[in-house]
Amino acid sequence: MNTREIPGLDQQSRVKRFEEIFVTHLDAAYDLARWLTRDERNAEDVVQEACLRAFKFFDSFHGGNGRAWLLAIVRNTYYSWIEKNQGQLLNVSIDDDTFGANGSDIAALEHDVNDGVDRLMQQEEARRQVNRALEQLPAEFREVIVLRELEEMSYKEIATVAGIPLGTVMSRLARARRLLQEYLRQGTQEP
Amino acid sequence: MDCTQIRRLLHGYLDQELDLANTTAIDQHLKSCAACKRLFERQSMLRSVVKQQATYYAAPAKLADRIRAEVNRTAANAPARTRRLPWFQFGHWLQLGTAIAATAAVTWIAAFQLNSPSQDELVAEQVISGHARSILTGHLADVASSDQHTVKPWLSSKLDFSPAATDLTTAGFPLVGGRLDYVDNRPVAALVYRHRQHMINLFVWPDPKSDQASPMQTLSKHGYHVLHWTGEGMTYWAISDLNPAEIKTFAETYASAK
Repeated sequence: MNTREIPGLDQQSRVKRFEEIFVTHLDAAYDLARWLTRDERNAEDVVQEACLRAFKFFDSFHGGNGRAWLLAIVRNTYYSWIEKNQGQLLNVSIDDDTFGANGSDIAALEHDVNDGVDRLMQQEEARRQVNRALEQLPAEFREVIVLRELEEMSYKEIATVAGIPLGTVMSRLARARRLLQEYLRQGTQEP
Repeated sequence: MDCTQIRRLLHGYLDQELDLANTTAIDQHLKSCAACKRLFERQSMLRSVVKQQATYYAAPAKLADRIRAEVNRTAANAPARTRRLPWFQFGHWLQLGTAIAATAAVTWIAAFQLNSPSQDELVAEQVISGHARSILTGHLADVASSDQHTVKPWLSSKLDFSPAATDLTTAGFPLVGGRLDYVDNRPVAALVYRHRQHMINLFVWPDPKSDQASPMQTLSKHGYHVLHWTGEGMTYWAISDLNPAEIKTFAETYASAK
């Protein structure tokens, strides 16, 4: 009889320990899901589903970086969710290696003194414009910006969460920022 | 390094992820190359615009409760883990395989964390746990009052010091109350403030080394932002899930009001 009770207690403390992890990182999980889904309701669904998955695998979590662990699950949950719900996802080809020292990109940037970034520092509607530009980014780029700039994660952590090689993080961030800059420029030129 | 090589590494430089040799090389290059320097400045500016302006979406208040309920339901419905599965059952091996794979992944994640933390980082961890615990258990205040003349005497009657418990409602940070907590091996005062739906815990205790005012240090971890400063023999740790700019505003308001 005792053997039946002890695991019951075990389950209880397991739930408790899990709660501590997910509550600690809930805002980070929601922020990532909110940026990926671009929708409040869907973000909640994704986070809830991810937490249940995380709980199922919780026995294998032995401490360490709880945030990276949970965010990786949130991210995976989002991609399986979108595949299920929208069938086909992202046709954008993510060709990280072709970007890098693209001289012409950079020259264009240098000449465009008035690229809008200056004005964004002061404008009142800067928040709206930055949010919109970020929302326009393809998910693969949006997620690295969110992880780097909002979660302030290191390249190693980003590599873990996004499931990409460490060496790819920098080039993907470079492309993401380049695109973001372009969207911002377009955004600030609108009347 | 020439400009092409510099530009290939520029984002790693921007994110402070390069090794010392490359960092030094780029430092040197930027001193002499106006074009690359300009590019670097524009990218830094873009970064700060995104960091300052992009919304950090905090989880809705009821989400935690919903997940907690779901987790509890799952836990209750889970097949009793006591049930002894014969070794030859396929399901058992499958579970074992999953567990091993997951352990491998998590061990790899954990390996990043093995640098030994500094004293401040240890305190920051405790501050984060204290904050998370107060939210998790719903135990924010031992003395719930927005009246500083209630909170301050209560705290000083329990502690060997008397922290300033100024109500900052006019600045958008109403005082919620005060609590005793335990950080850095001693009882400390936890002052609780609110900003919109976000709670802020401000941990205060005396520290003889803190006579000199120190500049504010920031640390972001686990989705929390922590601000630490000292002055007049006290040490202060503010923590919240507010964005870094707002928590900084809070800390500056508090520091100048007392």
